Amino acid sequence: MNRTADYVIIGGGVIGCSIAYNLAKKGTKNIVLIEKKYLTSGATGRCGAGIRMQFGTETNCLLAKNSIEMFEHLEEELAYQGSIEFKQGGYLLLAYTEKMVEQFHKNLGVQHKLGIPSRWVTPEEAKEIVPHLNTQGLLGATFCGKDGHCNPFKTTDAYAKAAQRLGVEIITYAEVIRLLANDGKITGVETSRGVIETPAVILCAGSYSRDLAATIGIELPLTPERHQILVTEPVEMMQGPMVMSFYHGLYCQQVPHGSFVMGLGDPNEPKEYNQNGSWQFLHEMAAKVTFILPPLANLRVIRQWAGLYDLTPDRQQILGSVPGIEGFHLAAGFSGHGFMIAPMTGKLMAEHILGEQTSLPISMFDFTRFARGELYVEPSVV
Amino acid sequence: MCEANRKDIIIMCRCEDITADEVRAYIEQGVTDLEQLKRLLRVGMGPCQGRTCTPLIVNELARATGQPVKEIPLTVFRQPITPVKLGVLAGGTDHE
Repeated sequence: MNRTADYVIIGGGVIGCSIAYNLAKKGTKNIVLIEKKYLTSGATGRCGAGIRMQFGTETNCLLAKNSIEMFEHLEEELAYQGSIEFKQGGYLLLAYTEKMVEQFHKNLGVQHKLGIPSRWVTPEEAKEIVPHLNTQGLLGATFCGKDGHCNPFKTTDAYAKAAQRLGVEIITYAEVIRLLANDGKITGVETSRGVIETPAVILCAGSYSRDLAATIGIELPLTPERHQILVTEPVEMMQGPMVMSFYHGLYCQQVPHGSFVMGLGDPNEPKEYNQNGSWQFLHEMAAKVTFILPPLANLRVIRQWAGLYDLTPDRQQILGSVPGIEGFHLAAGFSGHGFMIAPMTGKLMAEHILGEQTSLPISMFDFTRFARGELYVEPSVV
Repeated sequence: MCEANRKDIIIMCRCEDITADEVRAYIEQGVTDLEQLKRLLRVGMGPCQGRTCTPLIVNELARATGQPVKEIPLTVFRQPITPVKLGVLAGGTDHE
């Protein structure tokens, strides 16, 4: 397969496909996207499929708000023959401690400045939004009706097909083994199917970005962390919003298909490449979710799976380029909220790679922030 | 989705109500990877976890790609093997 390309994108998740589409849309030619398995086989296809604007930092709020506005018109934008199953049933974020109440009010302040239609709700109002919610111990919640759900497989497929129509070549079941650089410049990538010579690499391979960056001596502060999810049988629609509790580390949403998708973050999870589900998760998830949403006890679990967060020290993505290595661009370390900001991230990365003024500032997501010790912590993630 | 009184419709995935025509349409588009078919069509994502549809679709893929059936890669079978109520699972933590 020895050949050349102007841009090589590593990783066939939603981020890679969104960047590929946005680059091609700007008239860029000769783009190759390489995926080691099939599209969405990594974190994208294993995520909780939620999308929300309710974040704690201004930049994440803006990235998410712009992305949701793009999700609203994504099927037309990408001329997709199908549905990306976009649903705006809202997100209800539960507060159980005074500290959370304080943080949520702070977050609302940030969100309101940016025009995000979120609001504080009392336990009684929360019960009106989700009638089967157990309000025991609940101090209040925040709600944003514009938040919701989108299907990660379909969204990635939509980006991939639109990118291909614009000339992007997508190669699946080809693994990048190492990056090639010489004299401070990217020169290519070595794959399981030969070498591709290229002056520009965009690395968006989730946790595996760390190992690939290491092949040219760049140390990315990424750690893989397993997060587990289960899905129930489909039932009639009974829950509009995603219900999320940072206190329990839990989220649970009924997707348009009718099934409930729910997940749990475990603070003691070892940092390793383990993508297997555990029976402990089933018990813990079931115990917690049936406390918060009791009628769900009657639903049958059909399947469970796990995926990897690509965690950074401040739980914020790394966007931008690596100084000292010309042509090396990064979009990784999304720490569990990559899918929902993929539309805007793809646009911003394309602008950045082509040397244009970016529509939103991205310098705070720069790779060098870790070396400078300028962590940029997102308070509101599971 | 199935219309009433249509005898020519073949259901391939009965959990998710996916017809042979729908599966074949995707295969004709070039989606010949069972993993991708599962994610785009929901075949095998229902309560039976593909016990019914997987062999049928693997036959379709073998026919379309000219590969022997035994060489068509399968998807991962995920636990639980059979659907279990959340209420039952929630009660399980105290019975160690």
